[in-house]
Parts: sequence; structure tokens; C-alpha cells
Amino acid sequence: MKKTILILLTFVAMTSTGLVLTSGGEHLEKASINVDDKASLQRGVKVFTDYCLSCHSAKYVRFNRVATDLGMTEEQVMGNLNHLGTKFGSTMTAVMTPEYAKQAFGAVPPDLSLVARSRGVDWLYSYLKGFYADPSKTTGHNNIVFKDVGMPNIFWKQEGVKKPLIEDHDGEKVIVGTEVVEQGTMTPEEFNAMINDLVAYMSYMGEPNQSYRKSLGVYVLIFLVVLFGFAYAMKKDYWKGVH
Amino acid sequence: MGQRVNDLMGWVDARFPLTKMWEEHLSKYYAPKNFNFWYFFGSLAIMVLVIQVLSGIFLAMFYKPDTALAFQSVEMNIMRDVEWGWLIRYFHSTGASAFFIVVYLHMFRGLIYGSYKKPRELVWIFGVLIFLALMAEGFMGYLLPWGQMSFWGAQVIINLVSAIPFVGEDLGIWVRGDFVIGDATLNRFFSLHIIAIPLILIGLIVAHIIALHEVGSNNPDGVEIKKNKDENGIPRDGIPFHPYYSVKDIVGVVVFLMFFAGVVFFIPEMFGYFLEHANFEPANPLKTPEHIAPVWYFTPYYSILRAVPSIAGSAFPGVIAMGAAIVVLFFLPWLDRNPVKSIRYRAGWYKILVALFVVAFITLGYLGTKAPTDMRTLVAQICTIYYFAFFLLMPFYTKMETNKPVPERVTMK
Repeated sequence: MKKTILILLTFVAMTSTGLVLTSGGEHLEKASINVDDKASLQRGVKVFTDYCLSCHSAKYVRFNRVATDLGMTEEQVMGNLNHLGTKFGSTMTAVMTPEYAKQAFGAVPPDLSLVARSRGVDWLYSYLKGFYADPSKTTGHNNIVFKDVGMPNIFWKQEGVKKPLIEDHDGEKVIVGTEVVEQGTMTPEEFNAMINDLVAYMSYMGEPNQSYRKSLGVYVLIFLVVLFGFAYAMKKDYWKGVH
Repeated sequence: MGQRVNDLMGWVDARFPLTKMWEEHLSKYYAPKNFNFWYFFGSLAIMVLVIQVLSGIFLAMFYKPDTALAFQSVEMNIMRDVEWGWLIRYFHSTGASAFFIVVYLHMFRGLIYGSYKKPRELVWIFGVLIFLALMAEGFMGYLLPWGQMSFWGAQVIINLVSAIPFVGEDLGIWVRGDFVIGDATLNRFFSLHIIAIPLILIGLIVAHIIALHEVGSNNPDGVEIKKNKDENGIPRDGIPFHPYYSVKDIVGVVVFLMFFAGVVFFIPEMFGYFLEHANFEPANPLKTPEHIAPVWYFTPYYSILRAVPSIAGSAFPGVIAMGAAIVVLFFLPWLDRNPVKSIRYRAGWYKILVALFVVAFITLGYLGTKAPTDMRTLVAQICTIYYFAFFLLMPFYTKMETNKPVPERVTMK
């Protein structure tokens, strides 16, 4: 039986590696975030409410919850983050009305409450850094990760103007990256740090309980290990006479 | 005090067979003493059922089966506003996948030790019916969060109904309760998911266990322990289920809970297999996702569906194949003609056939999560042919096996 299982596992390993190797995937830059770093989340939520909330909503996220989780006071949140002056316990609505958004962009920008879970943090990081100048677009910018995206490049002042790096792959033009041609107000390091803070906040916002979930999980597993010790000893004791 | 308890038990027993049932199913139900690792999954399936029922009761208190509210009731109310709602939801979503993991392993155990053979054919048939009910339960439950994959996954499966010639269109409308998947569909799926299917499921589980306890459990040696009884009529190789297997299964339950908690607390999405990434976007009937994949536990059968080429633009042949892949399981007790039950005493090449079956099944499952390419479709077709050949050719090849001698008594290896 053991031999059969071994043969079986080898087969599975062989077939799966074969199948995985034949499948490609888009290459994303890795976000380097820490959702336990409250200072980073606080910087992130500031960028989020100052920029993203102008057009997008985060309709499942309440200001008072953010205050509690990120260690901020009601005054700090109401003074710095809640630009519409809605109630402390209200959810994050976009400054722009849906009607105006439809006129301006042709569609209402998507709600961002869960975007870190549906797209993934690496995608968000790469997307936010993926804009480049493209005069053919009405916004003046295009994106490597999300081609022909309707969203304007809101961080161009900070990041600077970028042009695409194009490589010739067998006569096909492929954009492999971007290059800053006009320096922005931030250095690339400062800009990357800001985007990481923003993505960290969006990850927190996607699942506000994630830090607590993990820390609770450690205790649950410790409890189960102890319980296993007792359960195993009890089984051994009862089974002493069975041969 | 002891006397009081005895009096009370006597009073109850005169009116309800409490002691009789306890003895028949637990303290005097003699199970073979040589159960191994594979025998944990039956009790674990009951454990998962309890987790699903309990977590489901609490989720239903906050969930709203309304297309305008469903997604928000899950992703905002349950996941954020309800105290411990996130934990209960992860119990339920992880429990769904855990249910299929333990049931697949439980079925595999039956396959390798011949637990479907005489006199356990009905135990097996009730088991396959449980598997079917479980699939219906999982499918309907997956629509409820009303995410993109909930909607489009249901769309794909209900369109299969519509692929049936002549009556398909009307049948599809009857299932949806509308021309498109909408509020009517969501409401009836909710009702079926929380009432109808669980009732059927529990009824079938009771039947499965009653049938099992009537004929007695099989074991890794495939030896009938009831053929060798002592002077008191107790099987010599049997031990009472309680306390022996109750204390052993507690160990199994604790180990299972470690894995379960590992997922719930550290990787609840299981890299997009237990909770698909696209399902964190609300259902949008106007936006078809680039790639629609059902949840992992349906993917082996989904692969079989896709592997069969359509005829005249109709996916009906694939639907037939997918249905047949499950229906064939009902006939397993009569397809296998080898009198020897356990794989331990069957031909070496039969072990290889079973191993290849597992490889084919897992490969089909993997391919079902991926978008089809020519190469993948070819591999899926080979695996599908193998899946059916394994069962349908059984009447021929199981007669040709040279078996090893089966021992008189169970072995403790």
C-alpha cells in the first residue's frame, strides 16, 4: 500500500509540474506591506481618503471602525479623513456623485472596499505604479497592468512623467516596463513607500479582522496541540488491551 | 444518586428505547479492531456536518436572500459588523471544502477496501446519494454570497439544464424561476440550501448508518468479522465502538481541527480555491469574468463536461458524460466481480489501475480550475476515457485477477 501511494504521488507530482510549466501568467511587482504596522496604515488611509475617495467609494468601511483599528481618535478621523463631514459611524462614500462620475468617465468608478481581495495586493501595487504617458488616450495616460483603463493617473505629480519601455519580440512590440522621463515631486523610493502604505491600508480595509484572526489562530492551535496530547493519551490507555 | 439515575433510565427505557439504541449503535456495536487511518473520515464527515449546521444557523440570522442586499449582508454585515461573524463565515466556507475533502477520502476508502461489496451495497448506494445531495447543497450555497463567481458559476451549470434537447429551455426557466438568474433564483436556492437539502442529507446519513450497523463495518482486510464469533455471540475480531472507536475518533477530530483551524485562521481563501478571488466582486450580469471556474470540488466533473466535444453546437453530450460519471458510481457493487474485498489481497496490477484512477481524477480536478487549451483538453479527454474505462471495464478485468490468499482473521499491521 505504501509503495502504491508513493508511485501515485510521483505521478501526481510529474503531471502537475508538467501542466503548471505550460501555463503562463502576468508578471506583477511584489508589494511589500505589513498590515500590523499601524503607522503605515495611518499614512495609507490618509492617501486613500485624500485621493481615492474623491471618485471611488468604500461603502462597507466605517470611519469609526478605521479609527479603532488604526489607533486614531474621533477628532483625528473627522478632521483629516472624513472630508464630506458625514457621521463618525458612517461608511466611506465618494466625494464625486455617481451621476457626475457617469458624465465624466462614462461609468461609476468601482467600490474599493474589497478590491485588495478580488485583485490581490501585488496587482494593486503594480497597477498604481503602472501608468505611463500615452497621448492617444483622453486621460493622457495608459497602464501596463490594466490596458486602456478609464482612470486618470492621479499620482503623476508625485511620480513624474513616465514613458513605456518597448522591446521587439519577433516583430511584436511588447511593453516591458516604464522609465521616468520627467522627475516628479517625490523620489522613486518615497513614491514606492507611499504606494506600499496605500496598498497596506487597502489590504486592511479588504479584511479588517485579518491581524486579529491570525493572532487568535495561534492560541487556537496551541490549545488544539494540548488537547491532542490528552486525546492521544486517553486513546493509548483505552487501547492497551487490544492486540 | 446512582439509584436515582437507574430509576430514571428505567422509566425512559419503558417508554423509549434509549438504552437499546445506545447499545445497538455504540456500546455493543462491534467494529473490527483493525481500522486504520482511512477509517477516520466517516466520523469526520459527521463532525463537518455539525460545523456546517451550527455555523449555517447563525449565518442565516444575518444573511439576506435578496439580489440587492445579499452581497452586502455577507461582505459588510457578517464579515464586518456582526460580532464574530467573520469567524462563523470562515467556518462555513472552509467547512464546505472540508466536507468534500473528507467525503472524497471516505469514498476512496470504500473503493480500496471493497466496502461496496455484498452485503454492503445499500450502504454504498446511500453514500452515493449523500454525495449527490452534498453536491446540490454546495452548488446552491455557492450562489448565496452573490459574488461574480456565484452568479456566473450558477449560470454555467443552469445552462447545462438548458442544453437538454426539446425541454431544456423550459426546464431552465423552471429551475431559475425567471428568464435569467435573479431574485427568484436566489430565494429558492436559499430555501433549498437551508431546509430541503439538509433534511434530505440528514435522512440519507441516518439511512447510511442504519444500513451499516445492520451489516457491520468492513475493514482493511475485507474479512467478515461476524463469521467468527465467540461463545457469547461477539465477533472475536470486534471491539465495541464505544469506548474504543469513540476515543480513537476524538484523536482524529482533534487532528482534523488543527488543519481546519489552520485554514480558517491563516489561509481562509486557500489561495483562491475555497473562496475565489472574483467572488469578492458583487454579481454583475452584464460583465462576464474572463475565466469562469467552479469551486474545486466540482472541477473533476466540470473537466469531464468540457472534455466531451459538443455535437452541432450543443453541450448536451458533455452533460450526459458528467451525469454518467456520477451515475456509474451507483453500479460499482455489481461492476466489480472480484470476490476479494480488500486491495491488500488483490492483483498488483489492480493497485496500479486504482493509483492511475486517482491520478486521472486529480488531474481532471486541476484542469477544471484552468482555462482550456488544446493540450489541456487532450489531457482531460485521456483522463475522462480512463475514468469511464476504469469502471465500465471492471466486469472484464476484475475476473482476470490472481488474488493473494485472504487471511481467516483480521491483521493488525
